[in-house]
Amino acid sequence: MIVRLTVDGSERIADVDPATSLVALLRDALGITSVKNGCEQGECGSCTVTIDGAPACACLIPAVQADGADVRTATHASAVVRESFLDAGAVQCGYCTPGLVVTVEDLLERDPHPSEHAVREALSGNICRCTGYRKILDAVRLAEARLS
Amino acid sequence: MTGTTVRPRGRVGESAHRIDGAPKTTGEYLYGGDLSAPGMLWGVTLRSPHPSARIRRIDTTRARAVPGVRALLTGDDVPGRKTYGLEISDQPVLATEVVRYEGEAVAIVAADTLAAAREALALVEVAYEPLEPLDDMEAALAPGAPQLHPFGNVLRHVHIDHGDLDAAVADVWVEGHYETGMQDQAPVGCEGGIAIPAADGGVDIYVATQWLHVDRQQIAPCLGLPEDKVRVTLAGVGGAFGSREDVSMQIHASLLALKTGLPVKMAYGREESFHGHVHRHPARIWLRYGATREGTLVAAEARIVLDGGAYASSSPAVLVTASTFAVGPYDVPNVRVEGTVVYTNNPPCGAMRGFGAPQVCFAHEALMDELAAQLCISPIELRMRNVVGPGSVLPTGQVLQGSTPVREVLERCRALPLPPREPSRGRDAFDYPGGATGVNRGEHVRRAVGFALGFKNVAYSEGFDDASEATVTLSQGPEGPVASILTSAVDYGQGLYTVLAQIARTELGVEEVVVLPATTDGVGSAGSTSASRQTTMTGGAVLEACKAVRAELDARGGDLAAGSITCTREFHHRPTTQFDEHGQGDIHTSIAFAAHRAVVDVDMELGVTRVVQIAAVHDIGHVVNPVGAEGQVEGGTAQGLGLALMEEIVTEHGVMKNPSFTDYLVPTVLDVPPIVTEFVEVAEKGAPYGVKGIGELPTVVAPAAIAAALRQATGRPLRRLPIRADDLLGLREDAQRPEWAPVPHVPGQQPVPEYAGLELGQQELMS
Repeated sequence: MIVRLTVDGSERIADVDPATSLVALLRDALGITSVKNGCEQGECGSCTVTIDGAPACACLIPAVQADGADVRTATHASAVVRESFLDAGAVQCGYCTPGLVVTVEDLLERDPHPSEHAVREALSGNICRCTGYRKILDAVRLAEARLS
Repeated sequence: MTGTTVRPRGRVGESAHRIDGAPKTTGEYLYGGDLSAPGMLWGVTLRSPHPSARIRRIDTTRARAVPGVRALLTGDDVPGRKTYGLEISDQPVLATEVVRYEGEAVAIVAADTLAAAREALALVEVAYEPLEPLDDMEAALAPGAPQLHPFGNVLRHVHIDHGDLDAAVADVWVEGHYETGMQDQAPVGCEGGIAIPAADGGVDIYVATQWLHVDRQQIAPCLGLPEDKVRVTLAGVGGAFGSREDVSMQIHASLLALKTGLPVKMAYGREESFHGHVHRHPARIWLRYGATREGTLVAAEARIVLDGGAYASSSPAVLVTASTFAVGPYDVPNVRVEGTVVYTNNPPCGAMRGFGAPQVCFAHEALMDELAAQLCISPIELRMRNVVGPGSVLPTGQVLQGSTPVREVLERCRALPLPPREPSRGRDAFDYPGGATGVNRGEHVRRAVGFALGFKNVAYSEGFDDASEATVTLSQGPEGPVASILTSAVDYGQGLYTVLAQIARTELGVEEVVVLPATTDGVGSAGSTSASRQTTMTGGAVLEACKAVRAELDARGGDLAAGSITCTREFHHRPTTQFDEHGQGDIHTSIAFAAHRAVVDVDMELGVTRVVQIAAVHDIGHVVNPVGAEGQVEGGTAQGLGLALMEEIVTEHGVMKNPSFTDYLVPTVLDVPPIVTEFVEVAEKGAPYGVKGIGELPTVVAPAAIAAALRQATGRPLRRLPIRADDLLGLREDAQRPEWAPVPHVPGQQPVPEYAGLELGQQELMS
């Protein structure tokens, strides 16, 4: 099936099998590797993108469902959020980072001053195996302060 | 490829930005599984569904007929050596006659598309004759057990005999049986890379790994190529924690690339990743201490069995760590340790953060608490009376010569403020065990505190000539002098490259530093990124090279007008020795210590736990990058929390039941509490800036501290990790195994390397 979508502002078109997931379309068919693939089951959040503004695990979305959608990856995410991750020491191997950056940007757009519980709940779908999350929580607060 | 320019900040001792951080935040940083090349094929692996079986026949006719298939290879097609292995070459590149674990590679396919490759894989017909799997480590030692390898099931045995255990007189004896489960490293980035055939008949491999030169040492013979025709370059590494010490897709992709003459990419998904790398050894440990009434340890005895699974990986070295650290960081004059690692048909086990030490730390700290209870001494006081100090003698006879600030580590951990009390009722739902989904609101919640003390070697042991090489070049750039660093060392996320840049900035006074891509080409081995060793080893090599560059610059009067300066240096640590027949020797070069304190809330009705806080005090020698060192402690502690409470690969008759992130749980942000970290800085002689590695020790000590707190809360012995709700409620049989002989003699043959007449390390076992 033909799928047309916008990824990080660029028009893309691909012919995909109906069983293809959005993450497979982006990474394997279109070569867009700013979306990562960690588990294929919606557990790790590495493939988090926004689809028409709403965050989702791209591995759980059929590619055909993204036909006509505006998909954004961390490449075009807020520089403030990204730099906050660097300044807080929240990046180690970095494989989870693009998904987290998308998640945190979405959180702070919806809730500019989230409670601690709101932050932890928002990030609970993103697995980081390196940092133990403490510096990621610091990065969220840094980004919150810089955005307000 | 280009290097990464550092921002002008961060010298030794200052928190520095990650040198490779910016492209990681945008997703542009390329990991092994992100790579591609023009005209590349996709490679996939057929794996055995049986943990033990004979292969009667492999029919590839239908698979080869799938449109787009370019190559399909089985074990008969391997042109060179048929086996590989990190320490012992015992694992088939592709199984031919038998499979020894579920997930063992049997055939590989390269095709134009991933879909075609997978379609072909499904059409390969393998006639297996399934055999009863040997799925228990004790059963592997039993007389008459099926022999999984020609030399038997005992992969290695370590015997340590110190003082005179049989003559030791104690007022009190305590003993316990302990078990730990199979933990997975679960790096978020799965295995992946690309092999590209070269014009010289060789191959260029770009892969996420941990030790480029030893990958090449294993890859080249299997391809039938000399080493100089195999070039390995590091791709981005999405975490490792030991899982990438062994070869995964490197040989397979290279075989397919050389066969087809085209680049071949292989990228594992999560399920294949669980089958495609080794895990933390499950352990069964029996330990006893003898002490005086005043609480002075006079004797200790340990029996350790590790399940090595189907192939050797780094099991022989893991056993050494487990055996030499088995009785804890305590002065004990009379010690006997019998450590054994066996082959089974379970998934192969090898390196994971801590390397045998977390298992024994869990045991010795549990038993120390039990001894303290019997003697009516506080657990910390008992430890204070027995901890090693400078000049203490370990069970191996090794005299502690390095920095040994164990008392200070323990004192400072005890002194850290406890988290504030919380009301038992009226908290936010998030702040109860079980979190927002829990049903209790404060009923039956009990708070408790536990301590643990642990230790672990830094860098390689047992006489291995451990070294790392670095080349540093100082040249004149458009905006000032630029230093570039070439090594083959792997940064898999822990932050080595940032540390190397900090060293160059400090020593050469430059702002701009370029860390060149790690490769086997043009630079010597850096050794593995493991054993908490790279800040010492490659940090040491870069420091020495920088000093040489500095000396040359000074000789030139500080002027680079005559051209750039390049110096190459190799760093070796203080040499160690092998064991003698009594397990005595100067085995480890440097040892680090840590104390953790865990505060937990336990719902005594539901068996649900909330870890409230971990306080971690680490002996680190000298902190090079504070934010990075804290990150190591926090991340390592989180992995320790996983081992303590949730992480376990469950096998049933050798078959993995939970190879996914849905069924294998790792800690999320909801599970990891605030972690209070402090460092004790006492310089280690002979190490650059006096450093000690920090990577592994948090994972060694945290599980023992959490278990201690849970015992305190529940009053239950909790002798098995991970500790589940059923354990906290007393609904599951504990690890206590009274049928085990208390002082066993290990049956079976001599350890494999001796049996085969070989020394440990990179030897082909059976030629």
